[in-house]
Amino acid sequence: MSVTPDLIREKLTAEIGAIHVDVEDTSPNRCAASFKVLVVSPQFEGKPLLQRHRMVNNCLAEELKEIHAFEQKTLTPEQWEKQKAQ
Amino acid sequence: MNNVLRTTARCLQSGAWHYRTAQNNGELLSVWARLMCSSAAQKNLEEMVKKDKVVVFIKGTPAQPMCGFSNAVVQILRMHGVDNYAAYNVLDDQDIRQGIKTFSNWPTIPQVYFNGEFVGGCDILLQMHQSGDLVEELQKLGIRSALLDQEKQS
Repeated sequence: MSVTPDLIREKLTAEIGAIHVDVEDTSPNRCAASFKVLVVSPQFEGKPLLQRHRMVNNCLAEELKEIHAFEQKTLTPEQWEKQKAQ
Repeated sequence: MNNVLRTTARCLQSGAWHYRTAQNNGELLSVWARLMCSSAAQKNLEEMVKKDKVVVFIKGTPAQPMCGFSNAVVQILRMHGVDNYAAYNVLDDQDIRQGIKTFSNWPTIPQVYFNGEFVGGCDILLQMHQSGDLVEELQKLGIRSALLDQEKQS
């Protein structure tokens, strides 16, 4: 089973209540499976960056075993709205 | 008899230490040996991350990073004038490369430690830099960010 953007999106939505997920497959730029994700979830509220990233890492633990490079940006819905407005 | 000798010779050559102990003393001893090796490695990493205020695990060296994300970490530290830090090249040592992922419970390289505490990877360091948090964290370490002096000049 190979990792796909849809799989990543599904897992993040189901397991950490993501209301918005952007998945960019950056593999063409690198030598192996690589992804860049933007995750927006109310569950990130009040949590420091490291904790948010660990939530994502835990959710995708199985997939990360196969992924070579992984970039992530984690925002609360409020932060995301602010970013969109800029 | 010849077969046994040949197999043992092959094992000795390949350094398959766990296979030899299994032959001699059963599975239990080989598991113990592997555990001891890995816990010794973890203890070593614990010392490594505590030895210096700023410790990074990267691919390559600060002078020659071998990956874009590792390079980003090096560049950010450089921008803040942090040039006195420990940088470990995981490409030199597969034990460290795997060990640090287990130790930090973090799947990727680069990894950044401040005062023995795991900070995060490239994404987190970049966001801390952009938000201004990095200047503050460095201050807590007793390191004055070069960006503070730049602001004064302008």
